[in-house]
Amino acid sequence: MENQAKNELIVVSGLCKSFRINKKKILNVLNDIDYTIYEGQKIAIIGPSGSGKSTFLRCLNCMEDPTGGSIFFEGEDLADMKVDINRHRENIGMVFQQFNLFNNKTVIQNIMLAPVHLGIKKAGGLFAKPAVKKQIKEQAKENALKLLRRIGLEEKANVYPSTLSGGQKQRIAIARALAMNPKVMLFDEPTSALDPEMVGEVLDLIKELANEGMTMVIVTHEMGFAREVADRILFMDGGRITEEGTPEEIFKHPKNPRLQEFLSKVL
Amino acid sequence: MDFAHQWEKFWLLFYTNGGYKRVFSEGLVNTLQIAILGLAIGIVIGTLIAAVKVMPKYKVLPRILDGVCNVYVGFFRGTPLVVQLLMAYYVIFPLIGVTVSSLNTCILVFGLNSGAYVAEIMRAGIQSVDRGQMEAGRAVGLSYAATMMKIVVPQAVKNILPTLGNEFIALIKDTSVVSFVAATDLYKIFTEIGNKNYEYLAPYLMMAIFYIVLVLGITLLVKLLESRMQRADR
Ligand SMILES: Nc1ncnc2c1ncn2[C@@H]1O[C@H](COP(=O)(O)OP(=O)(O)OP(=O)(O)O)[C@@H](O)[C@H]1O
Ligand SMILES: [Mg+2]
Repeated sequence: MENQAKNELIVVSGLCKSFRINKKKILNVLNDIDYTIYEGQKIAIIGPSGSGKSTFLRCLNCMEDPTGGSIFFEGEDLADMKVDINRHRENIGMVFQQFNLFNNKTVIQNIMLAPVHLGIKKAGGLFAKPAVKKQIKEQAKENALKLLRRIGLEEKANVYPSTLSGGQKQRIAIARALAMNPKVMLFDEPTSALDPEMVGEVLDLIKELANEGMTMVIVTHEMGFAREVADRILFMDGGRITEEGTPEEIFKHPKNPRLQEFLSKVL
Repeated sequence: MDFAHQWEKFWLLFYTNGGYKRVFSEGLVNTLQIAILGLAIGIVIGTLIAAVKVMPKYKVLPRILDGVCNVYVGFFRGTPLVVQLLMAYYVIFPLIGVTVSSLNTCILVFGLNSGAYVAEIMRAGIQSVDRGQMEAGRAVGLSYAATMMKIVVPQAVKNILPTLGNEFIALIKDTSVVSFVAATDLYKIFTEIGNKNYEYLAPYLMMAIFYIVLVLGITLLVKLLESRMQRADR
């Protein structure tokens, strides 16, 4: 396979996740998942509701702490509580179904916040020189404006998120994630909360990123999109990856009966 | 003796003889000082306690902090303010051998007391902010504390502004007990005016008017602030 020649970016090994429902009951959501994501890969995750797709994605940057196994990102195990997870999350962009733009910040502040805050922190935090702080801010602003121009929303720089359409919000959420220059982008159903007429603009932006070579993992119900953009597709069912392959293999020649049933419903 | 006559005598003391000067320069100033600084201390303490309360609890440190906060809140909500003032002024400070003025004791105790109440208000405020805000902050690499301070708490404060206004009003009204520890406030000054000829009807009526005007003024201020903050996000 061509991808094997590339570098491993995220290596998931023996990943388990369970939620404690109450004192007696534990819900196993992910059961011993092994998977390797290589640089430049576009991976789509499909599967029935409740199969653990979101949980799997959220374990990749430890938004949910795994209860077992490891997530190696650039060789470090993120599941290890001693690892500085914040440092790694800068390199893992995440886009949510509900956008989650910071409501108390303007569009450009949304994009600049993390680069400025983390930039200043690295330059010494409160003790950083004013000149250095100023430079960090200017650079972040320049970069934010560049991103806004790219997504065609430059004129929205100074408005608050509550005035934007869903499609605009999601494109800005993507820009916010891109502002940290991440090595991989995680998308959890990025278009599920959008009105149909806005799905296109968001998918187009994601496609653009894919074409530029961004590594990405996308949980999606948009089968057409998955087929077009992804080079690997994972089918999840009952907390396991029960089938994995190229779009061709998954959509044309599904082997797993559950996958066949799933596809017959959604296609 | 009829009311008009009583009022005339009061007015002589209050206005013509300049009694109002002390009402403003000592009574009102102290009342406001205790309430404003008390609330400020309360907000700082309350926010810290609330942040501990909403922290995930699977590590040891948050659990210990949580226990400490529970004891704190339990004590300050479980005992009357007057008892806390008396304890601080006549028991604790003398025992540890520090001299703190009446006024400073009041500011401190009001702050500590208010912290216990603001904590609950703030916790509700923080929980009213969508969880996605915290997640988005963490996802871009901000720490829990940074996300709390830059994203969640500002939104929480906006949501609880009316309730914080009520807390401030409650504090203003509670200041009327500070004479228990020999502090001077509106109550004390008006009582002194009444003591001059042992007639309290008019002075206390005037005192009530002062409190009402204060409370209405603050209510108005909070409303204004609220509508300005609403507009800022549009
Ligand atoms: N925080 C949580 N606490 C308890 N149970 C949870 C939690 N998060 C997820 N679950 C449960 O884990 C299971 C998998 O959830 P998950 O969100 O990963 O599914 P999904 O495949 O993304 O589904 P969907 O397509 O509906 O988004 C579900 O049964 C869900 O109820
Ligand atoms: Mg999901």
